[in-house]
Amino acid sequence: MTNYGESRNHPFLSYRDCESRMTALALNRKTLRALLPLLSLVIVLVATFYAQPRTMSYFGLNLMLQYAVPIALATIAQMFIITVNDLDLSIGPFVGLVGCIGATYLNDTPLLGIVALALCIAAYAAMAALIHLRNLPSIVVTLGASFVWLGIAVLILPSPGGKAPDWLKAIMSLQVPVVPFPIVAALAIAALVHVGLMTSSYGVIMRGTGGNPRAMARAGWSELRTKMAMYALAGLFGVLSGLSLIGLTTSADAHIADRYTLYAIAGVILGGGEFVGGRVSPFGAVIGALTLALAGSFLIFMRISPDWQIGAQGAILIIVLALRALINTGEARR
Amino acid sequence: MPKVAVELTRITKSFGAVRALGGVDLMLAEGECLGLVGHNGAGKSTLMHVLAGTLRPDSGSLAIAGEDVSAHFSAATASAHGIRCVFQELSLCPNLTLVENARITHRALKGFGWKARARKLIAAKLDEIFPNHGIDVDAEAGDLNIGQRQMAEIARAFTVTDEPLRVVILDEPTSSLDAVTAKQLLTFMRREVAKGVSTILISHLLGDVLDHCDRIAVMKDGKVVAERAARDFTRNSLVAAMGAAAETKSVRQIRSRAAKISTEIAVAATPETAGRTASLTVNKGEIVGLAGLAGHGQTRMLIQIFEGARKPGGATKVAGEAAFIAGDRQSDGIFNLWSIGENTTVSSLKTLRRGPLIAADREAEMARDWKERIGIRTPDMNDNILTLSGGNQQKALFARALGSKADIVLMDDPMRGVDVSTKLEVYDMIRKEAEAGRSFVWYTTEIDELSHCDRAYIFRNGAIVAELGPDELTEDKVLHASFAESA
Repeated sequence: MTNYGESRNHPFLSYRDCESRMTALALNRKTLRALLPLLSLVIVLVATFYAQPRTMSYFGLNLMLQYAVPIALATIAQMFIITVNDLDLSIGPFVGLVGCIGATYLNDTPLLGIVALALCIAAYAAMAALIHLRNLPSIVVTLGASFVWLGIAVLILPSPGGKAPDWLKAIMSLQVPVVPFPIVAALAIAALVHVGLMTSSYGVIMRGTGGNPRAMARAGWSELRTKMAMYALAGLFGVLSGLSLIGLTTSADAHIADRYTLYAIAGVILGGGEFVGGRVSPFGAVIGALTLALAGSFLIFMRISPDWQIGAQGAILIIVLALRALINTGEARR
Repeated sequence: MPKVAVELTRITKSFGAVRALGGVDLMLAEGECLGLVGHNGAGKSTLMHVLAGTLRPDSGSLAIAGEDVSAHFSAATASAHGIRCVFQELSLCPNLTLVENARITHRALKGFGWKARARKLIAAKLDEIFPNHGIDVDAEAGDLNIGQRQMAEIARAFTVTDEPLRVVILDEPTSSLDAVTAKQLLTFMRREVAKGVSTILISHLLGDVLDHCDRIAVMKDGKVVAERAARDFTRNSLVAAMGAAAETKSVRQIRSRAAKISTEIAVAATPETAGRTASLTVNKGEIVGLAGLAGHGQTRMLIQIFEGARKPGGATKVAGEAAFIAGDRQSDGIFNLWSIGENTTVSSLKTLRRGPLIAADREAEMARDWKERIGIRTPDMNDNILTLSGGNQQKALFARALGSKADIVLMDDPMRGVDVSTKLEVYDMIRKEAEAGRSFVWYTTEIDELSHCDRAYIFRNGAIVAELGPDELTEDKVLHASFAESA
């Protein structure tokens, strides 16, 4: 027989399209998945209102959600990193470091403060270069970096204190009519990032790098540059997170945001993002951050001791992820 | 003499000790379709990667339209010079829509309204090449099936924005297309060629290459060994030029084995993937092939048998233990970080124990033993598995399955990307093991391989639609059974 591997690539010898019925179903699941973050937020919100009806007011929401802004910003920072298939374990201490710089240099000698913050962002970009060029796992590099950030922060501000610049405090205590400021700010952040990452032509390149880095390289895009840009953006949002945080607390501490690392990861995932594959959602991430911030208040209203809170938040995360897995099951296998 | 579109001169490329390209000269004229054929591993894909700028050659030069570009050649410069490539492994980003995927290859698609422009561009090209394609350009690439993805990628390669379109490389472009769309593509390709675009068509379908190319270059062992006008080739002369190993395994030889197969039944199963289907039985010591169009339920069947062996008492009856040999080595087969020895012994650890611990000396002994028996080409079984070539990695997987105590060996198209000599060695080994009483269930996409089976079941849409005995295992019969009704 002189059949030369014909069988393998015979035009007939391929798939049969029999999934049109499945597509409708998959779309349904997709909408369901997209709505899941919103649904969890509503559930936590309703539960909170039920536990403490007085929170159902402009003032109550404002108070409960005030820390949502820095968390949302840190979550967006984490999302940028996750977009390119990496994970940032240093965002919490980094936000703490920014807080320390903000409460000292930025207040005393603004120019020096701005330079220091710009250096922080540059350090993030450099971290991306290190990760990419040396082919190191991002988890290891960022975990190492987290101790560096913490160390510098302790050097700058050995004990809690400092003073946030007045303009920061002014921004963070802004009053907006009807809808509380944190909600407006969070939505504005989400919308801005959505336009940049989800609809702009450069956002496509960023997400594509998470989806199929090889294809991007073949199309002539530099993965190094994309990663550095994404890390620099993460640094920028980390800086914004730190500044908004001390705008609320008015003073700083090196450990002020240690929990943010996990909040940020949880927020991205709660919001429908995936650890790999460049599938992220800015609105989802911000909603995830709001959910986590609210969950904290809810647990306090339920008189659950702070010691148990992290565990309880973990439970919420597991429940939502389990629901997502449930939605995913049965989705057409390919 | 038409103008030269691309000229490659003495291109060499080695991967470690493996010489993939040994000084290739190739010229492509404007408005010409060049067919590129050759065995697996002849260097076709490597050469195309060099041309597309995604691999740097070790030496040699590359000129596009008379301009020597070898100094700073990259994917970006290739694209700027109008070279497009549809790679064999597709390069769409699964998380992006087709519109967004179009943006990736076109730097000009930016600024306000880029999405609308990109949508128009890709939709128009899809309509032009594949009328009635029914693909939603706003769907994420990951949600499309493989044929649709291939169509989208082909259409993308032919779209034009600010960069010229000079050469399109199509590497096995029809591998996931059905007959109708494949025909549409080849017709479209000829239209583009008539307009002055040059194309390189790499295909295992010799008929396509003979019918649609102007000139054919044959590659073998990293070199172009024959290059003539397509009309000067015939199917047979092409095969001869490729130096295809003369595999004339006689069916009769196998048939003589039939008498030795025991009547004891090793596997009895009915595919769960279809409502109306025949059942499958495998006798002890028998080699049973699963064939039909790729992806029509054969792998599901193997997994079903494998699971049946673990859960006695189910609908799938399996007498004894089963071992699975994956065809997709990278994702289902090897442990990347382990040594060759560890990869080989992992299925047999139960028998290599001393008390609760693994006996390292016995493990090493088994690894050594299999290195000899199956001929894994390595100086040391403690080297990492990735130091082996693909064929030898596959041998390690065979050793893993054959070395275990499994009575039934399930093979999921295990010869993908394996060189001919390895294949022949493994075929021999399978036959010997079968004679020793082991049963094999062998899914293969290569009809030739069915001649090593005692019987074969043909799958279509998840159902078993035919059973072929030893003297029926011919290409005609298999294709006929695979296509009845649907073709």
